[in-house]
Amino acid sequence: MTSSPPATSEGRVRRRRGDSRLGDAVFFNLSRGSGILLLAVMAAIAGFLAYRSGIALSKNQGNFLTTFEWTPDAAHPKFGIAVLAFGTLVSALIAMIIAVPVAVGIALFISHYAPRRIAQPFAYLVDLLAAVPSIVYGLWGVLFLVPHMDGLTRWMDQYLGWTYIFDQSKSGVPPRTLFTVGVLLAIMVLPIITAVTREVFRQVPRMHEEAALALGATRWEMVRTAVLPFGRPGIISASMLGLGRALGETIAVATVLSTNSVLSLHLLDPGGGTFAQNIALKFNEAQPFGRDALMASGLVLFVITLVVNGVARLIIARRKEYSGANA
Amino acid sequence: MAKRIDVSGLSAYYGTTKAIEDISMTVEPRSVTAFIGPSGCGKSTFLRTLNRMHEVIPGARVEGKVMLDDENLYGSGVDPVAVRRAVGMVFQRPNPFPTMSIYDNVVAGLRLAGVKKKSVLDGVVEKSLKGANLWNEVKDRLSKPGAGLSGGQQQRLCIARAIAVEPQVLLMDEPCSALDPISTLAIEDLIGELKSQYTIVIVTHNMQQAARVSDRTAFFNLAGVGQPGRLIELDDTQRIFSNPSVQATEDYISGRFG
Repeated sequence: MTSSPPATSEGRVRRRRGDSRLGDAVFFNLSRGSGILLLAVMAAIAGFLAYRSGIALSKNQGNFLTTFEWTPDAAHPKFGIAVLAFGTLVSALIAMIIAVPVAVGIALFISHYAPRRIAQPFAYLVDLLAAVPSIVYGLWGVLFLVPHMDGLTRWMDQYLGWTYIFDQSKSGVPPRTLFTVGVLLAIMVLPIITAVTREVFRQVPRMHEEAALALGATRWEMVRTAVLPFGRPGIISASMLGLGRALGETIAVATVLSTNSVLSLHLLDPGGGTFAQNIALKFNEAQPFGRDALMASGLVLFVITLVVNGVARLIIARRKEYSGANA
Repeated sequence: MAKRIDVSGLSAYYGTTKAIEDISMTVEPRSVTAFIGPSGCGKSTFLRTLNRMHEVIPGARVEGKVMLDDENLYGSGVDPVAVRRAVGMVFQRPNPFPTMSIYDNVVAGLRLAGVKKKSVLDGVVEKSLKGANLWNEVKDRLSKPGAGLSGGQQQRLCIARAIAVEPQVLLMDEPCSALDPISTLAIEDLIGELKSQYTIVIVTHNMQQAARVSDRTAFFNLAGVGQPGRLIELDDTQRIFSNPSVQATEDYISGRFG
């Protein structure tokens, strides 16, 4: 009340023109501008991909969805995403099957089992895994993982060969396979899934854990009744983050699968490819039309990622009232 | 079903801090015993030693003996998990499992004990919810989330969950402190009904509540900040509130401190 208010004849409530609302206006326009910019960038990417894809698709002599070959720069351009879609989805699926249970286990260990002085350094160690650049993972994959997958590959061929997908039709070649890529991707997505689920598990209210314990739950039963259900949406979100990375991972996959080849349903046979790997390997030597074809495959990856995220949101929203957010 | 609790020489620690010291008392079966006392006097800590919930806090430990009829809860070879199945607990803030329906909340304890038969579970849900005076309010929405109920209903749901496993003793840690007066009244009425079957121990900050619901009242106090809490006296509620034998009790209930 000591500062002098504007003493106009209309009274004090009337706002002076250009008074302290300047900050509001600037901030409003800044945030609105950022929002519009984001939408514009998204639209530009989608529009660009769609336009170039359209050019490529109109001259494609093969079926974009079912053709196995990728020869867009040939006299009769033929290209299809069958191999790439299969490779991308299968390697990401293998990565998820391996990484999610392990990540949830590690997260539970850090949040609920390990003594504090072990849990903290251990958590840092897992976070450190996320800091390794993907090219390093790729080199490690080729130089270390591929030779060491040999035994496991042969073992799986011997005991799981009857499942067809784990049957190895060519033996004696280094296992630069979709399965190896899946294992490598599992290691790469592990830290992000672990970090997010760990934080979610830490946020489980103490009172829910005590409710379970007071009912006579063992520690594992407490985890099962109070921690895991509460953390479920978090586990799903974390897995989707990991899946997004696995689907889009480029350089590590391209290092391991450096030669693209035909579609094979035998996961332990060398070959196969993914959208991102294919683009990375082919882009430099591609003619303009070949680049358009690669754009078309990029658009498909874009759509797949969108669909995956949408499905994840649906799963989470479906059980919203049970999420514990209102407790 | 209801059992007598006989505590002797019980002390509890958080790390190196002694929270309560040398408490001995007997809690009679089929009665309500109230714990009153100023904040920090250790009444909640003591309550949590009665079902071995104290020790779930890292670094916490207990010395002394708690006999449930003729079994020492702290004897060697006694499984704390089994103790907690026999001694149920209701907490200060209603804590139904947010991820479960009303039905699943009530049978959570039974499911932990391995009961799977639908007909048995159905029967227990109806019986426990009736026992907790909640049946009429929720019988048409048993599959809805338990967290969607009002605070008072949630607390009665927690009581239903606790009595569903038919414990011998029911511990209540300030069960009404987060509730409005009407919900509080509903819970107090319920305590009066439950005492015909259970041994009930209730911690409360509300002395009128202790006077209303309990048969026996224990007064806890601490000598000063940082000192462990002690049991000052335990007597019939009427006597505690009319003619206590210790001066500190009278000072506390008449509002001279605390």
